[in-house]
Parts: sequence; C-alpha cells; structure tokens
Amino acid sequence: MSEQNANLADLEASLLEEITAASDEAAIEAVRIAALGKKGSVSEKLKSLGSMSPEERQTMGPAINGLKQRVTDALSARKAELRDAAIEVRLAGEKVDVTLPVRQTPAERGRIHPISQIIDEIAAIFGDLGFQIAEGPDIETDHYNFTALNFPEGHPAREMHDTFFFNPDENGARKLLRTHTSPVQIRTMETQKPPIRIVIPGKTYRQDSDATHSPMFHQLEGLVIDKSANVANMKWVLSEFCKAFFEVPSVNMRFRPSFFPFTEPSLEVDIQCDRSRPGEVRFGEGSDWMEILGCGMVHPNVLRHGGLDPDEYQGFAWGMGIDRIAMLKYGMPDLRAFFDADVRWLSHYGFRPLDMPTLFGGLSNG
Amino acid sequence: MKFTLSWLKDHLETDATLEEICERLTMTGLEVESVDDKSALKPFVIARVLTAEKHPDADKLRVLSVDTGSGQPVQVVCGAPNARAGLVGAFAAPGTYVPGIDVTLSVGKIRGVESFGMMCSERELLLSDEHDGIIDLPEDAPVGESFAAWAKLDDPVIEINLTPNRPDATGVHGIARDLAASGLGRLKDGTVEPVAGEGECPVKLSIEAPDLCPGFALRLVRGVQNGPSPKWLQQRLIAIGLRPINALVDITNYMTFDRGRPLHVFDAAKVAGDLVVRRAFDGEKVLALDGREYELNSGICVIADDNGVESIAGVMGGEHSGCDEATTDVLIESALWEPLNVARTGRTLGIITDARYRFERGVDPEFMVPGIELATRLVTDLCGGTPSETEVVGYAGYQPRVVTFPTLEVRRLTGIDVPAEESVAILERLGFEPRGGGYVIDVAVPSWRPDVEGKADLVEEVMRINGVDKIAPQPLVSHDAVNGRILTTLQVRTRAAKRALAVRGMMEAVTWSFIPAGHAELFGGGRPALKLANPIASDMSDMRPSLLPGLVAAAQRNADRGFADVALFEVSGTYEGDRPEDQRRVAGGVRRGTARMDGQGRHWAGNAQAVGVFDAKADALAVLEACGAPVDKLQVEAGGPAWYHPGRSGTFKLGPKVVLGTFGEFHPKTLEALDVSGPLCGFEIFVDAIPEPKAKPTRTKPRLDISPFQAVRRDFAFVVDRSVEAAALTRAASSADKKLITGVRVFDVFEGAALGDDKKSVAIEVAIQPVDKTLTDEDFEALAARIVENVGKQTGGVLRA
Repeated sequence: MSEQNANLADLEASLLEEITAASDEAAIEAVRIAALGKKGSVSEKLKSLGSMSPEERQTMGPAINGLKQRVTDALSARKAELRDAAIEVRLAGEKVDVTLPVRQTPAERGRIHPISQIIDEIAAIFGDLGFQIAEGPDIETDHYNFTALNFPEGHPAREMHDTFFFNPDENGARKLLRTHTSPVQIRTMETQKPPIRIVIPGKTYRQDSDATHSPMFHQLEGLVIDKSANVANMKWVLSEFCKAFFEVPSVNMRFRPSFFPFTEPSLEVDIQCDRSRPGEVRFGEGSDWMEILGCGMVHPNVLRHGGLDPDEYQGFAWGMGIDRIAMLKYGMPDLRAFFDADVRWLSHYGFRPLDMPTLFGGLSNG
Repeated sequence: MKFTLSWLKDHLETDATLEEICERLTMTGLEVESVDDKSALKPFVIARVLTAEKHPDADKLRVLSVDTGSGQPVQVVCGAPNARAGLVGAFAAPGTYVPGIDVTLSVGKIRGVESFGMMCSERELLLSDEHDGIIDLPEDAPVGESFAAWAKLDDPVIEINLTPNRPDATGVHGIARDLAASGLGRLKDGTVEPVAGEGECPVKLSIEAPDLCPGFALRLVRGVQNGPSPKWLQQRLIAIGLRPINALVDITNYMTFDRGRPLHVFDAAKVAGDLVVRRAFDGEKVLALDGREYELNSGICVIADDNGVESIAGVMGGEHSGCDEATTDVLIESALWEPLNVARTGRTLGIITDARYRFERGVDPEFMVPGIELATRLVTDLCGGTPSETEVVGYAGYQPRVVTFPTLEVRRLTGIDVPAEESVAILERLGFEPRGGGYVIDVAVPSWRPDVEGKADLVEEVMRINGVDKIAPQPLVSHDAVNGRILTTLQVRTRAAKRALAVRGMMEAVTWSFIPAGHAELFGGGRPALKLANPIASDMSDMRPSLLPGLVAAAQRNADRGFADVALFEVSGTYEGDRPEDQRRVAGGVRRGTARMDGQGRHWAGNAQAVGVFDAKADALAVLEACGAPVDKLQVEAGGPAWYHPGRSGTFKLGPKVVLGTFGEFHPKTLEALDVSGPLCGFEIFVDAIPEPKAKPTRTKPRLDISPFQAVRRDFAFVVDRSVEAAALTRAASSADKKLITGVRVFDVFEGAALGDDKKSVAIEVAIQPVDKTLTDEDFEALAARIVENVGKQTGGVLRA
C-alpha cells in the first residue's frame, strides 16, 4: 500500500515539476498528454483501479483521482500563467509614446471673423427684443443714401461723408457706395408697414483711412417705427443693448443733443468706461466717456420719403460702428487689421466655429 | 469753435465754474471737445535776474541772483544761454510742479552750488516747444506777480465740436445765449448802438449776382491809424490759435468769433473805382490773402473793382487790397452770402477759413448791419478815423419763419411731460417768439436759427434745454410672445455657410469689396459701371465680381509672411452690376499649400499632401449641405469659368440652368496674373441661388423603416474608357435596383498599361439592404448581373477580369 502511495507521490512530484518547467503552450500540452492522455501516466493509474480489490480500490481510488485533479489544476494554472506572460510581452511591445501630438481637429483651427461673431451677438440681443434683421445693397443711389434721408443738395453734411462715387451713367446719374446703413431705413419703409423693428448690419464705405478709419467698415443701424416710440423708449433700448452686449450688469450712458440730417431731435451717446489699463476698456466703471453711437427720432421728412405720415407714425433710429464696438469689447487695437486676413490675427481675435452667441448660454464664452 | 472763459463772460453773467459750464455746453448739444486750462501755471511768478555769474565748476552754467518780488534775492543755477542780468522771466520756487518736465521742484545742489528754484523756458511751461532759452519778458513786466495772470494764460480755452446745424454758436454771444437759456446765468445785452457817419460812402457797390448775395453793407472809415491791436485783443486771438496781424484785420477776426459775423476790410486806397458783386469769369485769377493764386470759374462769387477780383466772396479776401500798417482809409464789408455757394466754392478751391465755416452754415442776416456798426465802433476806438454812412445794398429784410407747434409734441416725441409754459419759456429764452395760447401755438424763428424748420426742431430745442437727462428710459412695448425666427433664409444660410467652413478648419476673412481693375477683369468683372470714380487707391478701384481674387491675394500675403499653408473663406457680396439685385451673396474659399481639412504641414503620423481640386469640391459641398441645397439632386459638370484649371475644375448645377457654384484648382495664367504661387484651390457657392426650401406644414421627419435583414456589400471592378465619369458609373450601378441598393461608393480608380490605352479601372462597393426577406444566392447573382448590365449599357464598362 504504502509503496503504491509512494509511487503516486513520486509521479505527482515529477508531473508538477514538468508543468512548472513548461515554458509555452506546446510544452504544457505535451505534459497534459503524457499525464492525462489516453496512455498518460495518470490515465494508466486510473485504469489500474479496475484490477484492484475492492479494499485497495477504496483507498487508491480517491488517491489517484486526487492526483488527477491536482495535475489538471496545475496544468490550467500554468496555462493561464503562460497566457498572461505572453500578453504582458505583447503589451510591452505595443507601448507607444503617448506624449506625441495628435492632429488638431479642423474645428479647433477654424475661425469666425469678429465682425460675423458680433453680428450674431447683435442678432441674439435684438431678436430677444422682437427686432428683425434687414439688409440692403452696398451700391446705392444718391436718393436713398442722401436725399431721402433729408440731406439737402449741396449741404456740408453730405461732404462730411467722404463718399465713393461711380462714374456717371449716360443720364448723368451716378451711383455711390453707401456711406451708412441708413438707406435701408427707406427701403424698409417702402416695403413694410409699421410697426417696424429692425436692425441693419452691413458694410459701409467712406474715403478715409487711418488706425480707426477704414475705407470699408461695418455699421449697425436700428429703426423702430410705430405710433408711440419715443426718446424714452430709445434710451431704454440702447442701454439694454449696451448692457447685454458688453455683458455687464449696468452701464452708465450719456445722451447728448447732436445733429444728423435724418433725425430730429438727434442725440449722440457716450458710454462711461475705465480706460486706465492699457489696451483694455472696462464698461460699467471708471470716469471716462466714450462716444459709441448716434441716434434720434426719425426726421419727419424721412418718414415722408418712406411713404409714412409723420403725424401718424413716429419712431427712432440709431447707428453705430460694428468694428468699433468689436474693438471696444474685445480689445483689437487697429481697425485696418480687420481686413488684412493675417492668419495670426484671425487665429487670435477670431472665434471658434462652435462658439455661437446665445442669450441663454452667454454671448461670449469667457 | 474756440473761445476763452473770460470771453464767454463778456456775454454771460454767471457764477458757474469752468467744469459746470463745460458740462452744460456738452449736455445742451455744444459738445466740449477740449479744455486748455493753464491754471497749473498760477504759481509761476515774474522775476528779474539781478546778477548772473559763471558757475565756478561748469562752463555752461550760471549762478543767478533773482528778485522774485519777495524781498530777499534768491540764488538759482541756470543753464540757459540767454540768462543774463536784467532779464525778466518766469520763476518757479521749490515745491512748484513744472508740467513740461513733470517734476515738482525742490532745493538742489548743481555742481556744488545750491539752487533755490528755476527760471523756466516756454517748453517747461508747456506754452510752446521753445527750449533754446528761458522766457524773456518785457522790461516792464511786474516782478512778483503771477506770470500766468499777467500773460492771461489763466483764461481757460474751450473748444466745442460744433454740429453743422448751429451757425448761431459760431459766435461767443450765441453760445452764451444757449447757456443762459439752460439756466446757467444771464445773457448780457448784445444790442449794438449805431455809429453816426459823415456823408455817403464814396465807394458804390452793385450786386450783379443777387442769388448769391442777398445783402451787402459797406462803409468807409477815413484817417485810421493801423498798427498792432491792443494786448487784450491780441491775447484773445492768440488764445484761440489766431495770429494777430494788425488792428483792422484783428477786428474782423474778433467779430467772426465774438458774434459769428465774418467781415472783410479793404484798403480803400487800393480799390479802383466802385465795387461789384458778380460771378467770376472762367479762368479769372486772384492772389488771395494766404499768398496763393486761385483760378476761378463762373460758379464762384467774387467782389471785384476796376482792377479785377478783390475778394472771393465769403471765403477769403484778396492780397492786393488787404489792409496793412500803411492803410489810412478802410472799407468795411459786412455781407450775406448764399451758404451752398460758399460751401461749393470752398470745396472747389480747397480753402478752409473761419469765414467759410460760418457762411456755409448761414450767417444771421439781421446782424449784417449791426455787425458793421460794431466793427466801425471798434475801428474808431482802436484806430481812430471818421466813418461814412453805411451803405446797404440788396437786403430785403428778414421774414421770420413761423412754425405751428402743438406743445404736446414734446411728450409725443420724447416721452417726457414738459408743461406748455415751460416749453414756451425755453423757446423765448432762445430768442424764439411764441404767439398765441392753448395747445397749438405759432412760433416765430429768430434770424440766427436757419436750421429750425418744423415742430420736431422745436421739440429738440425744448428737450436739450430742459435736459435730456430728465427723460427716464421706458421699456419698449413688449411683443408679448416667445421669439420666433428673425432671420431670413438668406441670412440663415449665410450664417450656416460660415460656421460650416470654419468647422472645416478654414478662417473667415473680410476682404475689400473693391479690388484692382486687372483682378476684376480676370474674374469676369471690370465693367465701367462698377469702377469707382474716386478710389482711395488705384488698386482699390473696381467692385469685385468674385471673392476669389481677394482671397487668393490674402493667402499670398500670408505666405509672404511665412505662413504658406492657409485656408481662408468669406461669405459676402459680389457685384455683377450696380442695381440692388446685381449684388450676389457668395460663399467663397481658398486653400493654399497643404492646408487640407484634416491637417496641414508635416506630421509624425504622415505629412499632409498639397491641396487640390477635391479639397475645394469638399468645401463647396459642405456649404451646399449646410445651406440646405438638394445635394442629392445636384449635377457636377467638368470644367468651370476661365480662371480655373480646365481639367481640374467643376461646376455644380441644379437642372440645366441654375449654377450653384464652381470649384477647382486655378489656371496657371490666373496665378501668373495675380502674381501668386500655388498649390492653390478655391471654390465659390452662390448662396442666393439655392432654392428656397418648400414651406412645410409640419416639422415631422419622414418615417424611418429599419430593415431587420442583414445589410451586405458587394465589390465590382469595371474597366471603362478613361473619359467615362465616375458619376455616370455609380449612377448606372445605383439604377440596377433603386429599392435594394442604398449606396455606391468608388473605392479605387486605377490606370495602367495592362488595361490598355485610354482605359481605366473603377472599383465600386455596392451597399445592399434587403427589405422584405433575406436574399438568396440567386437573388444576389441576379442583382449583380443587372448592375453589370446597366454599367455596360450606360458607360461601356466591362467587369474587370
């Protein structure tokens, strides 16, 4: 008995040793076949149970089956060990330098020009106030640009506009590049009955060029016409706009009487700000005044030119420089750079394509 | 318009401070542009140098003993070359802030010698740039007194930015009237007493151009003694930036600013015969007071005598008959000139003068005669002499305009309640004459306010004097609804196109609407109607027919700065003609170098290839897609406008006529003409040509049927003629079974000698989605046969062996 047991113990020891020594799946398989295969050493032992006496079988049965179980367990443990080691080796070989840069997605690189972004900001604000966005042509007639806006023929106010003209046609009429977005006031009145609430962003042109003037620039015109719109309403609309646009809780604005041919009364508006930090303007604080827009009640002659009776309808209009308010809000120092398309400037001052100004999410993101 | 505080106080009795006055000016519409307040110069005193010795240790320095009027002479070290015993100058004691050097003085030692103050130069006091020596005052300047007070530098100079509608505020008196009306003091009486004359004016005047000269007053003063004007007058003129010339000329300048009444004085001895107001002859010349000769034309009004033109009416006098110190008999002109004509003359001749500034705004006609009376008094007071009677020619008198004014108009237009009595009182204080009572009154407009034409103007007067600040903001009536869409389809598409292109890595540029003529012609423009008559620069002369030349030039500018790989776009206007409907809305873009959507330049994982026609095509399609164009119905035709590479460009069309856009690489001649280098590609989409979407009653999307059967893909490779377009092949394959085939994708194009000349192989992957049942092998074979048959029929393609 003990001899048989001793044999079993020897067999087990030598099998376990072979299992441990197996260095790959093939070697493991060889050990398995040698032990548990049809003619394997352990299988042979199992077969030998049949020729034993019942007593012998009673003791040797569990012993041999125990051996089989332990060998089987050892085999699968070693197999798992080897698989893990193999994966480790593969993974080690697959290691990459994760500090290598990835390709920038195009949306990170692309930019929206500040003028487009500002126009979207403006649309968000005025949309909330029930305004629509109107547009008009850049090439205008003298009638729409001046006469219908109550600029008398030969009046010095026309000269102040430094107009670009086209060559006269065969009838002597000469077209011009609009000097302001105000012609759209008339074009709108001609096609739309009051109440009118529009803002008009667009390109405008004057013969002027320095750091704050460009022969092409952008204006935002506003026009409200109904039967009651007055200066008090205008003050409200403009101060609400400035607050929303500059994203400050309050702004201090100064309305000064002024003169424009197409409004009466006319006002210029200054906004209080702090310019003590170089290259930066803060609104809602400080003690400087900065002129930001011109406005007024639509002149009775302008209403008449638009086909409206000034005793029945009334309203107000304003105009401001889009480029200028962009510069004030975002701090670009030189207007000329707006039109130079330098990718460094666009990349720095431009906006990401998915940064869409909304009132619910904030006009600008930080 | 400039004036000094003391000058204002000649016309306005007020205790208001400078600050209050400036604030009120601005808030009543006379915007203060600047205030030059030299009150910082008060501590500087007039001092006399008693002795000036050489500094023991410095050749260029002197040690001065200075009498500052305080009793004890003060020792001052000074480096000025003109420092000498006897000099009277401006002294700054220790503790004084010297603005020109931005230093507060202290007692110091200069090369071992103590200095108890400083003798100052004009630059140190910010009076001028003069720094060659210290201020050198007349002998009799009072030692110990404030230099600023003595030199009248303590009189702040106020400059207002005058709007073109306010001729009355071109004179100090008119400005004082506004301030008084707003409650900031009392307007002093400006009534002018006539000066009696002896005998008729011997020089006669006739007006041959009454349309340009509605009135002329003329007077001779004999026996004047012309010379420098008195100090007070000189100081006022200097303060506002004018150069004193002689008393007679200074008087005219003074009147111009004091009363907004420009005058002219002729030396009577130099006037030959009588004077006539007439239009100039074409080509007639005059040497004007600025020493320049002007060539005139018949649109210009002049005053002439037997010698020819003596003065350009309302703009500038002539040199020939100007007054100088030798003048003994002076002719004074106080005339009225037609404002538009003065403006046009000034523009034509390029002359800007204080007279033109006033005449083109409109000078008070009722002050023509008082003006000449006041001038006569000043002449006789300052220069002596005997005046003749005043001759007035052509003046028909002033008929005041009467404006019907419902006083409630103030509330209607401004939203603030101003009692009718208050409105009336304000208008009266401004010189208007309200008549009648009740809700609607008649208001006579004073002669100095030609700008007031209607009731809205009167509302402005009441509003600005009552105070704009008093108008409280009132919310606009709410539209009482959730906001709907406010943008038009074109605006939505413009916006979508911009965002779609930016998402593709492109940067939005805003380039000039006007481009060089050569560039315009190259891109189908250059029509005469679209050329500016007065471009700001010769290369900004033509309205652009396309966005591409501007964008290509911008890309090249970036390349020249070291940024060769750029992708730029613009969504804006192009101009096919000068009518509103000729302005197109175009989305255009260019890519240069290797600026492709998925990256540019070199990268460790693979370098970007040069841009080409397919990059431009992808950009163009992205715009079409973003704008909601029916992309699946588009045709792509090979070739495009002449500026593109004929073999590497294409045109998007919707039906046979509607061109939605073009794309491609550029023709080498285009690049050469634009003087740019590649690789470059570009596109333009005509956003305004994309059809409006059909109005839909609901936003419900079409029902989606998802098949439960497995989708399969089958590959085919066809050999076709080289000229066969891939689109034709995919179209042929798709049409084999519109229901089962959900997509055909070209995954390989191959040309090689093995295929034969002019042949190519196009490999396609056909996506098949069974709908009602799993397809059997026989089904697939039948479908494949139909595909091969269709392709064969429509393109001549055969399955590649």
